[in-house]
Amino acid sequence: MKANLKVALVGNPNTGKSTLFNSLTGLNQKIGNFPGVTVDKKTGQTKLNAAQEAMVIDLPGAYSLYPKSKDEGIVLDVLVDPNNPAHPDLVVFIADATNLKRNLLLYTQVADLKIPVIIALNMMDLAKRSGIQVKVDELAAKLGIRIVPISARSGAGIDDLKQAIADANAIPLQTDVLDVNELAPAGMVERVQAQFKLANPYTALQYLHHYQQLSFLEARQTESLAQEVQQSDFNSQQLQARETIARYQFINEVLFDTVSSPDNPIQESYSNRIDHVLTHKIWGFAIFMAVLFIIFQSIYAWSEYPMSLIESLFIWLVNAVHDYLPAGALTNLLADGILAGLSGVLVFIPQIAILFAFIAVLEDTGYMARVTFMMDRIMRKVGLNGKSVVPIIGGLACAVPSIMSARNIENWKDRIITIMVTPLVSCSARLPIYTLLIALVVPDERMFGLFNLQGLALMGMYLLSMLSAVLVAWVMKYLIKARERGYFIMELPVYRMPRWNNVALTVYEKVKAFVLEAGKVIIAISVILWVLASYGPPAKFKAIDQQFASPAYTAKYSAEQITQLKASAKLENSFAGILGKSIEPVIKPLGFDWKIGIALITSFAAREVFVGTMATLYSVEGDASRMDSVKEKMAEARNPETGELVFTLPVAFSLMIFYAYAMQCMSTLAVVYRETKSWKWPITQFVYMTAMAYLASLLVYQFLK
Amino acid sequence: MKTKLSQLAPGESGIIKEFTDLEMSVKLMEMGCLPGEAIQVERIAPLGDPIAVNISGYQLSLRKKEASTIILQ
Ligand SMILES: Nc1nc2c(ncn2[C@@H]2O[C@H](COP(=O)(O)OP(=O)(O)OP(=O)(O)O)[C@@H](O)[C@H]2O)c(=O)[nH]1
Ligand SMILES: [Mg+2]
Repeated sequence: MKANLKVALVGNPNTGKSTLFNSLTGLNQKIGNFPGVTVDKKTGQTKLNAAQEAMVIDLPGAYSLYPKSKDEGIVLDVLVDPNNPAHPDLVVFIADATNLKRNLLLYTQVADLKIPVIIALNMMDLAKRSGIQVKVDELAAKLGIRIVPISARSGAGIDDLKQAIADANAIPLQTDVLDVNELAPAGMVERVQAQFKLANPYTALQYLHHYQQLSFLEARQTESLAQEVQQSDFNSQQLQARETIARYQFINEVLFDTVSSPDNPIQESYSNRIDHVLTHKIWGFAIFMAVLFIIFQSIYAWSEYPMSLIESLFIWLVNAVHDYLPAGALTNLLADGILAGLSGVLVFIPQIAILFAFIAVLEDTGYMARVTFMMDRIMRKVGLNGKSVVPIIGGLACAVPSIMSARNIENWKDRIITIMVTPLVSCSARLPIYTLLIALVVPDERMFGLFNLQGLALMGMYLLSMLSAVLVAWVMKYLIKARERGYFIMELPVYRMPRWNNVALTVYEKVKAFVLEAGKVIIAISVILWVLASYGPPAKFKAIDQQFASPAYTAKYSAEQITQLKASAKLENSFAGILGKSIEPVIKPLGFDWKIGIALITSFAAREVFVGTMATLYSVEGDASRMDSVKEKMAEARNPETGELVFTLPVAFSLMIFYAYAMQCMSTLAVVYRETKSWKWPITQFVYMTAMAYLASLLVYQFLK
Repeated sequence: MKTKLSQLAPGESGIIKEFTDLEMSVKLMEMGCLPGEAIQVERIAPLGDPIAVNISGYQLSLRKKEASTIILQ
């Protein structure tokens, strides 16, 4: 076949397309045991044999060519638009051997598009275990194509599949399934074929059904299709129903003597038994709460030791830099700016890794789908959908991919509200801020000798964020108009053991991305901030030098004290100080001083910067001979005028609430724009969240003060 | 006689006869809920809705409202 063959992986959701993709390409697409994990196309290269390579395209799952949601729409677009860069020369159809009947519906549709196709019959391990027997050769003969049995998860059969791809014919050989002309009023399909020069009638029929959503059609073409549809009394839904019934008739005939399954599959009952407990009337929610509780307690309990290790490593490093490099501005920048900023975030790697690991396990076992099932009733009440649970729980890690995963939600209004509230869920970038502030003001004690108080406070922040998301959703339910009927029809996958190496790999990749992304921003901001905090208007700085050199000071204070006082005065009059001071009046009612003000401003680039900003500010001011961690510096910080501690309980909580609600993430706003294709939503989100942050902080501070 | 899927208790099953709603029927049919298929209610969510059913060998969840559009023989 062609030099660089384009191979698309098509199939129902949750059938193992991404697992196969990863095994073919060596890439690391996200995998999870619930429908709708992949929501965008992704390409990679694979070596078929010594001589041939192929480009592989992983696609979202779809139940049919009639898209109900945005991710399903991507599959349709790729398959019916010959000019799409991802339009394949060969479709590898991934079918779940334990659920062939439903899987073959989409297969027959793809086959009728007359793109060359082969079937990868996946989950053979499961099929065997539950006693399902597939006569592969007979089935292949009936469909007129190659079928390769595989187990993507274990890698069995992948080499055969590669060979089959390399050997595949360039022309479609599959048997016809339906007479397409019977699926539309007489003559219509031919007219569209002629007008758009389409060789294949089923593609023409797809144009008639989907002209409103096929992104590649020009306005003029859409117009003429619309006319055609109106004139000829083309009832899309009725015709789709007729087509589906006809296709299942064909499938039943094909499967009748090629597939046999025992009356009571073993796998099924095993999954069922787990469900009796996990979705139990009372235990169901109790277990879900317990799972969340364990997650947050573990984040504290398991991370203590590695965190203090990283902390001491950095203190040692900063000291080493000061000891071995010549004293001067550059050394200060490296030690007090960059290293201090980095340590502020790197120290949280253990906590973030634990959080990611738990989420990966929840997604990999199939439990996420059960949470969706249990929560739908509540979610619907507040204007969301059971499926919103996936973005909301994913939001604990990061809002950006979670907002994309909302593509799987069919209903427009449910989806928009989900997108709008997902950033309220406390993401991993807020974790360092919470941990740091909680450590400052909440005693490290155990309640009833069991629950760590700091862990409880952290869980409280997370619960608050989720509750707020639900409340805001409920308000938006009344503000946003619905476009269509909402519904909830979702496949519940069987439980699977998590693959620990996949969990480990996911955690590693996520942490790496977090460190690299956050690291870049932190280094950039630290450098800028350090410059802004070290320099100020020359006239002011000169005046300060003169002031502290005057006898009034030299007589009263020791040289050491003067250096300290001078550093404070300079910071206050530096460019950064001027910036912080200028917003101080606005944030004073929230309990924040100008230094916190600077952190708030820098955090609008990304929240991760908070800890680094604090580190940089306190290092510039601090006494270079004493190296403490950020936490210790903040714990000792005092208001120079009143002499009181800066980070008191009301200030710390007010600050945490501010960070919980404020929209301080450019990447999120960018992805909301991309997903909604309108500035209206990101702007609304920015305004409502920031306003909410201000008001809530004000309330908390004034109330606790 | 029970007629709608939404009226079945967990463990009970029936054969799908027809649908009362065209829009829902196309969505349900592509998930394998076709006239003539056996369908069994497996469980009901803790809050009473949605329900989980077994259809052609796999588990599907749907709201009671959708289930009420499925008429059984
Ligand atoms: N037992 C078994 N499980 C498998 C096999 N292949 C994939 N899985 C599991 O099936 C689940 C779904 O795998 P994915 O690769 O994410 O499926 P997908 O088709 O990409 O799913 P979507 O992106 O949601 O459409 C995961 O839990 C996999 O571990 C297999 O051959 N055997
Ligand atoms: Mg996938």
